[in-house]
Amino acid sequence: MFSINRGDVDYEDLQLLKKLVHMNGDALVSVTGAKDSWPENRDTLLNIRNLRIEATVYPPGESPKSVILVDDVSLTLKRGRVLGLIGESGAGKSTIGLASMGYGRGGVKITGGEVILNDRDILKIGASGMRKLRGREVCYVAQSAAAAFNPAHRLMEQVVEAALLHGMATRAEAEKRAVALFKKLGLPDSETIGRRFPHQVSGGQLQRVMTAMALCSEPDLIVFDEPTTALDVTTQIEVLAAIRDAIRDTGVAAIYITHDLAVVAQVADEILVLRHGKLVERGMTQQIINHPHEQYTRALVSVHHIDHKQNDGGNAPVLSAKGLTAGYGDGAIKVLRDVSLDLHTGQTLAVVGESGSGKSTLARVITGLLPPLAGSIQFDGRQLPPLLGDRSKEDLRQLQMIYQMADVAMNPRQTVATIIGRPLEFYFEIRGAERDRRVAELLDKIEMGKDLANRYPAELSGGQKQRVCIARALAAKPNLIICDEVTSALDPLVANGILKLLLQLQRDEGVAYLFITHDLATVRSIADSISVMYRGQVVRYGPKGQVLSPPFDPYTELLLSSVPEMEIGWLDRAITSRRMESAGN
Amino acid sequence: MTFLHSPRVIRTGVSKFKSAPLSAKFGISIIILYMLTALFAPHLAPYGEAEIVATPFEPWSAQFWLGTDNLGRDMFTRLVFGARNTLGIALVTTVLAFSLGCSAGLAAATFGGWTDQLLSRLVDVLMSIPQLIFALLLLSIFGTSIPTLIVVIAVLDSTRVFRLTRAVAINVAVLDYVEAARLRGEGPIWIMTREILPNIAPTLIAEFGLRFCFVFLLISGLSFLGLGIQPPTADWGSMVRDSATLITYGDVTPLLPAGAIALLAVAINLVVDWFLHWASGLKED
Repeated sequence: MFSINRGDVDYEDLQLLKKLVHMNGDALVSVTGAKDSWPENRDTLLNIRNLRIEATVYPPGESPKSVILVDDVSLTLKRGRVLGLIGESGAGKSTIGLASMGYGRGGVKITGGEVILNDRDILKIGASGMRKLRGREVCYVAQSAAAAFNPAHRLMEQVVEAALLHGMATRAEAEKRAVALFKKLGLPDSETIGRRFPHQVSGGQLQRVMTAMALCSEPDLIVFDEPTTALDVTTQIEVLAAIRDAIRDTGVAAIYITHDLAVVAQVADEILVLRHGKLVERGMTQQIINHPHEQYTRALVSVHHIDHKQNDGGNAPVLSAKGLTAGYGDGAIKVLRDVSLDLHTGQTLAVVGESGSGKSTLARVITGLLPPLAGSIQFDGRQLPPLLGDRSKEDLRQLQMIYQMADVAMNPRQTVATIIGRPLEFYFEIRGAERDRRVAELLDKIEMGKDLANRYPAELSGGQKQRVCIARALAAKPNLIICDEVTSALDPLVANGILKLLLQLQRDEGVAYLFITHDLATVRSIADSISVMYRGQVVRYGPKGQVLSPPFDPYTELLLSSVPEMEIGWLDRAITSRRMESAGN
Repeated sequence: MTFLHSPRVIRTGVSKFKSAPLSAKFGISIIILYMLTALFAPHLAPYGEAEIVATPFEPWSAQFWLGTDNLGRDMFTRLVFGARNTLGIALVTTVLAFSLGCSAGLAAATFGGWTDQLLSRLVDVLMSIPQLIFALLLLSIFGTSIPTLIVVIAVLDSTRVFRLTRAVAINVAVLDYVEAARLRGEGPIWIMTREILPNIAPTLIAEFGLRFCFVFLLISGLSFLGLGIQPPTADWGSMVRDSATLITYGDVTPLLPAGAIALLAVAINLVVDWFLHWASGLKED
């Protein structure tokens, strides 16, 4: 039993003592002195008050100006709790997440408010204070683990680095702790995986190693910035469960940033909904998911509900692929193996699969960019030459494509009018005033104003860009449009708008879609028939109702059970049923 | 529609100049001064280009501002005419080098495959021989007329332009919008000139400035060696050589044409620096 006067110890010691007190109970230490130097409210870990963050932007040809990224946001986080930050891109989620560790990205300035972590305003503690704070009291888990690790160092070096730098443990202790964390996070070969280099583990494993890195220095707070967004859906569920369990077991508090409400519902105790840097709604997870108050939150919760009556389609298939086999490097690496599918007029065929399943290669084969090694493609009743160069202008016109990244699918030096007008000129020889009229018509179809015709792609929002790409494809009056992950780069609400537009256009123009995606929620809402791909092969193919109802093949079942549902407790059920299954096998 | 934009272009041009840093303003002013000198050379010069007006090596005086050269021609007159010759020839050469290098580079990036291999290897061979030596060799074979000079230097310099164009164009050629144009069925000319070229133009314009510097340095160097622009045409390189002996007597006159070369090289580099900075969208400081 020893006693301490609050006035005699500096802040750092106080922190250490706090941990001691926490471990051993107050009985061992008696504290005297003024109460306010050691606030009793130990429950609140993080208290952000009226945070305001601004950034300087440099618009081309104009003088630099300041924009407000985060406006008057307040939040509190208790020890051991998980707070979900949710919103579209540009909502300020990551900016707030980083601000809670006193950090602003390049050009970003915290211009107002307080960030009180462990009872002091960390915005006022200066650079050396920050250095002591980061990696010790608060850690960060980034979205792209592959980009966050140094490829030249072994994993273990990087995992224990923060603990060693802060002198919190000896190397042996830190490594022991790291191995225990690897085990807890479900990494294979937990004893030896630390000796590997970042490129020697998979993306999902790397994300878990990064979580271990954050946990290794036993911080009070971890900021998770979209940790599962870049992962495949079947991997995401494992990582999500590992992170959730680790948070629960270590009792660390966390800020979990994501754009996916279904994901955050599995992890967070409380949710904060943000939009344009402002707070929209905050509440317990239960309340936000089941009874959202605000209009915007309600839209987010019901995002995947699209009314779509299944098309029966014509009897003649517009596209019929038979036994397609394709690969790279003289066929040494086969990416597609014996793929056959039919797509009927005016229907949507969804091709679903994880990354590496050969979906995009299938699109390249159909468009003629990659000639197949074997197999044939029937298009509109005629044989399609395998090579792009051998196809007629008519073939090319009838088969259009929309890309995932609308940013790079449009020439940044051409105006919207040129981009949409070019297919009209090229295929139909429409020029001058008639062309302008048709461009205006197309802009109207994609629900955009005529005044946007003279803009450059950089002056459009993400959703508008994708709409312009749709208009460009539509301008050719095609029979078939290949949509390659057209909504994956977009925010849920914007993506929803694009999907509705595509369905509307299908009803009006009778165009068929070959819809390539990894997102099963999208497939459920818009497909007429589905083809599930796995490692270059079609494992399941048929009308939507048939593909999505049991009995399933093992892969489709895995895929379907991995899609997060907007429901609390989904993760537990999914993981339990998966474990039971693997135990049964 | 294009004509509607032209006043805007001029206006943005003027506002660009106003917002340019001091170094770039200095560079632009120098270049404009040189261009005016080149254009109005016959009006500015007091005597004829090859006119012998006095005894050799006259000192500076009110009559001959910068003295006379080894044949008794007015130094100032020849300096003014030299701007016209050196700059004019360098400009024509650079333009030619760029037309050659850019089209070959764009073709290599657009077609790829054996076209790329063939062009790239050819360029490798040309670049493996030191440029000045190769130029000397070719000029001694084909003779030293101005058209030969232009063609030889243009061909040798186009190899560097080719490398740069190919490197930047290949990055653009793999982007989705170029693939979209291919899928639309566009021909290679459209893809090269409409899809790729506008997107690599800033790099090429900056390179044009630098290349221009190198070309006229090379021409001046060749003239100094006696294989460039031939007498009696006034040229800064040969002017340095002709009056070089004066240096031994402590006269700075031979340094003036050399200084004219150096000043222009510096001015162009300042402008190119600013342009690159501006085109790359980097922030100030």
